Amino acid sequence: MSDKKIIIAGLAIFFVLITFPFWINMGKAANAPELILAPTAQAAMDSGEGCVLPLDEMRANHMQILDLWRHSVVRNAERIYVGADGKEYNMSLSNTCLDCHSNKADFCDRCHNYASVTPYCWDCHIDNPKGE
Amino acid sequence: MNAKYMYSFLAVLALFFLAYLGVRVPGLPVVFGILLPYAAVIIFIIGVGNRIMGWARSAVPFRITTTCGQQKSLSWIEQNKIDNPSSKGAVIVRMLLEVLCFRSLFRNTRIKMKEGPKLTYHLEIFLWIGALAFHYAFLVTILRHLRLFTEPVPYLIRLLETVDSFFRLEILYDVVQIGLPGVFISGFVLLAAAVYLFLRRLFIPQVKYISLAADYFPLFLIMGIAFTGIFMRYFSKVNVAAAKELAMGLVTFSPHIPESSISGVFYAHLLFVCVLLAYFPFSKLMHMGGIFLSPTRNLPGNTREVRHINPWNYPVKVHSYEAYEDDFREKMIEAGLPVVKQPAETAPEEKE
Repeated sequence: MSDKKIIIAGLAIFFVLITFPFWINMGKAANAPELILAPTAQAAMDSGEGCVLPLDEMRANHMQILDLWRHSVVRNAERIYVGADGKEYNMSLSNTCLDCHSNKADFCDRCHNYASVTPYCWDCHIDNPKGE
Repeated sequence: MNAKYMYSFLAVLALFFLAYLGVRVPGLPVVFGILLPYAAVIIFIIGVGNRIMGWARSAVPFRITTTCGQQKSLSWIEQNKIDNPSSKGAVIVRMLLEVLCFRSLFRNTRIKMKEGPKLTYHLEIFLWIGALAFHYAFLVTILRHLRLFTEPVPYLIRLLETVDSFFRLEILYDVVQIGLPGVFISGFVLLAAAVYLFLRRLFIPQVKYISLAADYFPLFLIMGIAFTGIFMRYFSKVNVAAAKELAMGLVTFSPHIPESSISGVFYAHLLFVCVLLAYFPFSKLMHMGGIFLSPTRNLPGNTREVRHINPWNYPVKVHSYEAYEDDFREKMIEAGLPVVKQPAETAPEEKE
């Protein structure tokens, strides 16, 4: 009979553990991060010019593009990226990406913190090279 | 071709396409992203509770501890305290070793005939290593997924992610580009271990003979989970912020499908997990709870030390020989049968 108590206690502990995500978020609103586009980026979006790739692709793939850009610049000394629409870009985080997206704290960090991602871009690059 | 694994494989494949293609139909993302996950969690909790309570209700009338060493005996005979425990503390140590290190699996041996003919026993070390790798990789994978279910993400989970992505692998070719996001080693270990456990069933004839569809299905399902996860993270990519938005909506009970699109592979991954959760209580996967309730492990082997009374014994009306003789003594003596107590001694009692 004492076994049954132990089993129920164990089961209760197990259920408390597996429902962790439910009770840890109790009473919290699950707001997705709101991104603020820097003026230059906003202008590019409003004019329909857009980013290097379409929005959905950028959201999912930007890290891979940065990785490829770095590889291509550092290893192969190729600096020109031709976008899908034939437009040419300088493969540079500081000079191309951050030129428009000059607000790391309100743009990059919002999603990265939300998804618990710690990219090592900023180990070398400063976040706002032009000091705007 | 073996029907047992082919059917399991086809079932998992069908599940993949069900979700992958299903979410393209308007209205169905709600089913795959909201209804099924909730249903799966409810089935899991109620099912596991039922199964465990069913086991808790069943009787363990006698200690059937497996003794793997010297039982507690005379003071000059050394007891093997862990493999034949006689106290609660030793049982706890034994159970911890069992649950955390799979000790009985480690001791598992395989019998082989060698030329001679000699009968030999081998440690089946690879099964043990494979099982350890599989279970711990799965645990780490589940724990680090909590980053999608918590906001802000607790420090311990971020620490786990850092440790898990300790090896900074980057493979950059025209065909394959792996490296960003950082490579989590646990996912690959999980997939490799699941594949190993499957191949073991396939290539060892004795194991193949006893393997059923119920053995292959969870393996394929877990391989599917690991594969879709890895594929999504390193190859096809997915909008993680949107995936977390969906997950957070579920755990805060304000479910909604995020506006920015999530790929079909994500929904396949999610459906696999839902099926695994819902299938869990009805399958061999219940060994997760069962290992704690194994009467061969979780009881002290003290059958000679302590008298164990059957718990459902109720007072039985007995007629002892003494009482029988008291009832029939005269008649027994008349018939010439021997009696223990002589009538002269019992005479005063009879008057009472």
